Amino acid sequence: MYDLIVIGGGPAGLAAACSAWDNGLRSILIVERDRELGGILNQCIHNGFGLTRFKEELTGPEYAHRFVELLSRTGVEARTDTMVLEVTLDLRVHMTGPETGYRVEEAKSVILAMGCRERTRGAIGIPGTRPAGVFTAGAAQRYVNVEGWLPGRRVVILGSGDIGLIMARRMTMEGAKVLACVEVMPYSGGLTRNIVQCLEDFDIPLYLSHTVTDIRGGDRVEQVVVSRVDENRRPIPGTEMLFDCDTLLLSVGLIPENELSERAGVEIDPRTKGPAVYENMETSLPGVFSCGNVTHVHDLVDFVSAESERAGAAAARFVLNGPAAGEPIALQNGFGVSYTVPQRVRPGNVEKAFNVFFRVNRNFGKSEIVVSRGETDLCRFKRDRLAPGEMENITVPVKLLEGASGPITVAVREV
Amino acid sequence: MVDVVIIGCGVVGAAAAMELSRYKLDVVIVERENDVAVGTTKANSAILHAGYDPKPGTLMARLNVRGSELCREYCAALDVPYRRCGSMVLAFSEKETETLRELLDRGVKNGVPGLKIISGDEARAREPELADTVLEALWAPSAAIVSPWEMCLAFAETAVKNGVELRLNTAVTGIDRRGDGYTVRTDRGDIETKYVVNAAGVDSGTIHDMAAPHSFDIKPSRGEYYLLDKAEGTRVNTVVFQCPTERGKGVLVSPTVHGNLIVGPNAEPSMPHDAATTAAGLAFVKETACLSVPKINYSKSIRNFAGIRANTGRDDFIIGVSAPRFVDLAGICSPGLTSAPAIGEYAAELLAREGLALEKKENFDFSRRRIRFKELSPEAREELVRRDPAYGRVICRCETVTEGEILACLHTPIPPVSVDGVKRRVNAGMGRCQGGFCAPRVVEILSRELGLSPGEIVKDRTGMNILVRETKGGEG
Amino acid sequence: MRELVCIVCPRGCHMKVDDELNVSGNFCPRGASYAKAELTHPTRVVTSTVRIKGARYPRCPVKTAAPVPKERVGDVMAEIAKVEISAPVRVGDTVIEDVCGTGAAVVATRELT
Repeated sequence: MYDLIVIGGGPAGLAAACSAWDNGLRSILIVERDRELGGILNQCIHNGFGLTRFKEELTGPEYAHRFVELLSRTGVEARTDTMVLEVTLDLRVHMTGPETGYRVEEAKSVILAMGCRERTRGAIGIPGTRPAGVFTAGAAQRYVNVEGWLPGRRVVILGSGDIGLIMARRMTMEGAKVLACVEVMPYSGGLTRNIVQCLEDFDIPLYLSHTVTDIRGGDRVEQVVVSRVDENRRPIPGTEMLFDCDTLLLSVGLIPENELSERAGVEIDPRTKGPAVYENMETSLPGVFSCGNVTHVHDLVDFVSAESERAGAAAARFVLNGPAAGEPIALQNGFGVSYTVPQRVRPGNVEKAFNVFFRVNRNFGKSEIVVSRGETDLCRFKRDRLAPGEMENITVPVKLLEGASGPITVAVREV
Repeated sequence: MVDVVIIGCGVVGAAAAMELSRYKLDVVIVERENDVAVGTTKANSAILHAGYDPKPGTLMARLNVRGSELCREYCAALDVPYRRCGSMVLAFSEKETETLRELLDRGVKNGVPGLKIISGDEARAREPELADTVLEALWAPSAAIVSPWEMCLAFAETAVKNGVELRLNTAVTGIDRRGDGYTVRTDRGDIETKYVVNAAGVDSGTIHDMAAPHSFDIKPSRGEYYLLDKAEGTRVNTVVFQCPTERGKGVLVSPTVHGNLIVGPNAEPSMPHDAATTAAGLAFVKETACLSVPKINYSKSIRNFAGIRANTGRDDFIIGVSAPRFVDLAGICSPGLTSAPAIGEYAAELLAREGLALEKKENFDFSRRRIRFKELSPEAREELVRRDPAYGRVICRCETVTEGEILACLHTPIPPVSVDGVKRRVNAGMGRCQGGFCAPRVVEILSRELGLSPGEIVKDRTGMNILVRETKGGEG
Repeated sequence: MRELVCIVCPRGCHMKVDDELNVSGNFCPRGASYAKAELTHPTRVVTSTVRIKGARYPRCPVKTAAPVPKERVGDVMAEIAKVEISAPVRVGDTVIEDVCGTGAAVVATRELT
């Protein structure tokens, strides 16, 4: 019987396990399906990681390495090349691996840290033929950065998510020609700095409010058709542009991988597509916590680490001190807000303040983020601008919740 | 000189090959592509029809009903995923309720077991997701769902195991009559044979014309589909049809044996190999399916695809002896998948009538088993991984496919040479991430096991290379 | 007056720089120095991979340990393409000492055995 089993050895799982150790747990197991720890960071060889967490600019593998080093100073047991197949309600974790064999381990607590996957062509229904040369940006990233193979010479990228932008630069640097980056929304899905350093630096045009409406080619992609879309994201006939290319990369969104969570009976929030969590990252199942991209898709690994450290600490408290107390208060999404994490707060379980992560549903200029209950504003946070591609984060003092009950709302107010 | 050359290794050619492999014969089956089951066989509704659609008295009617039974028997014997889930044809108007009665009448004449007309409420009791507007339904308990490519593979593997020679990547370029046999000319050399079987699918017209006077045209018809995630896989539990029209059996909603939901097809005239999907076609499918099952969640779609049916505009298959010792198995439109094993049987009968001596082998091997890690009990998994650790490593996480299964399929009678070939054999890459995670791993395994560079590994057909050159000074 | 977006951190400040190189709109001093450098002598950290023998994977990720002049990025990439290293390699191991005379070393960013 382990105190804690952490499912996933990427940035979320590593930070959660280290934090659980630091908070007093001594029997912790990390289960990682890949052959080494670090998760997707190992293929994210670009820099820009760690500015918040380590105050320096690291590449993905370096960031992962920092946490692997931290982990090696603890007594946390890590099983790599091992995949978790099932978590049951009584916290028995079924896993399999060539060295591990097929085993069932029991735990007092579980942290879900499985990360996310990429949306595919099928999910967005691009019509056309089915030739070779259509890749998700992440698969292309693995081929280029880990396997050392270029998946195409002339490339169109659909979606302006960060991995797509990063791959635009990466493939250009490896000698491919990136013809265009096409985004269906009127704003970019990625970080502004990635638009600048990955597209503008290389004169790659970004077509906002456009999408790919046809893929042509027999054995290999030969051409894609790009059309402008109206405000309802429907292609406008007559606006077609043809790009002769051999490759289409898709960077059209990430989806938390919650098949295990769902089967275990964890409540999933349809907005985040991840487990609905309390202030301490605990899910609807007592003793089961969730952190990182399996909970909601982050832009920055630094925030994944911070969130996961809170999950690890909470799991330690759960095992050592028993279940968290207090009546939950719901967090509602007000104007301009598409989701919040956490979805529920138990004020009795918060010492001073709690963090709320959220995304806005369109671009805003100068505005305030307002936390309110009924007609009363509890607190406000000023922002110069807000963008859907950039996750927001506020810290709400718990004492503001005293003296009344009922849900609180997070909203954007333009000023 | 061989006894029989079969042209085309889709499910019909494979069924004919398997049937002939029961006898002491030299049989060669040629296939233009690098794998079997890659034409119409891999892209269809994956339904085994009960047999009420074909006109009574046609060959199609007989072969459909016989095929339906043979499919059940063969799938059980050869370890092919199969589920007899039954089907319903829905009627939304008085006129369509009359159509149901016609279908019932035809079905009874065709010998389809268990057919009955049920009320809209009874239909909704069986399938709660059906629309309120359904007035009546024709219930056919013997309809089933199957893995079409695995059924074809099972037939082809059985044929190969029993001595049939499969020549892949071999396209037929001409057929010459020579004495009392034929020379089948291919891009990989000539084959002298006594008999020829034409099972060339959408190209069966072209092959026919090489050996016999022109007598029919294949009018390819394209059908487009949605395949949805397993989260939608229980939206219906039986095959849900609408009333057939002159263009086909209409848009259906069905579970698949792999646990997904399939929705489609439309029917549009097309070029023989143009399996492209279109925005208009997919929109039509969605809209039409909505009449039967209104609440399908298309945000759970994982794949669109299109298949080509070898339609001829006739009410029957074009099966027969078109020249001496030359048998056409042509115009195999729906219900071709269901009929395939019966067509195979009938092909042997026609060849016998043309003089081919059918002498049974004593050691015919009619067995096939493969390990599906996902379906094993925890105890069986533990035992399997202990025996062979490769079964412990999960390569495809969406479908829980292990490296052991992939390695095993590389040692079957017809080993795959492509990523999609692996997918057809073990389901790796068939799930919700559509190979996003596992395709690079499958490429790695294929390149290691086949002794090829990753750049030589193809997605599906020859020429569909995935990677173009190495980084850091690679050629090109 | 030039406008530019800071790429130093994910915050992505929208900055303005006047002809005397006075920077506004930056949240932190790093933005100001980035803006000045970008308008006078822009630099970039190059991240890429090198061939590696005897490791689990055929490529090892690397980076320049310091930013290099933007106009030299192509030369640096060409130089990196010529290198082949052997496993084992540790994070921070030098792969090229002074790449293209920029004064920056190319170092490994992943442990590979």
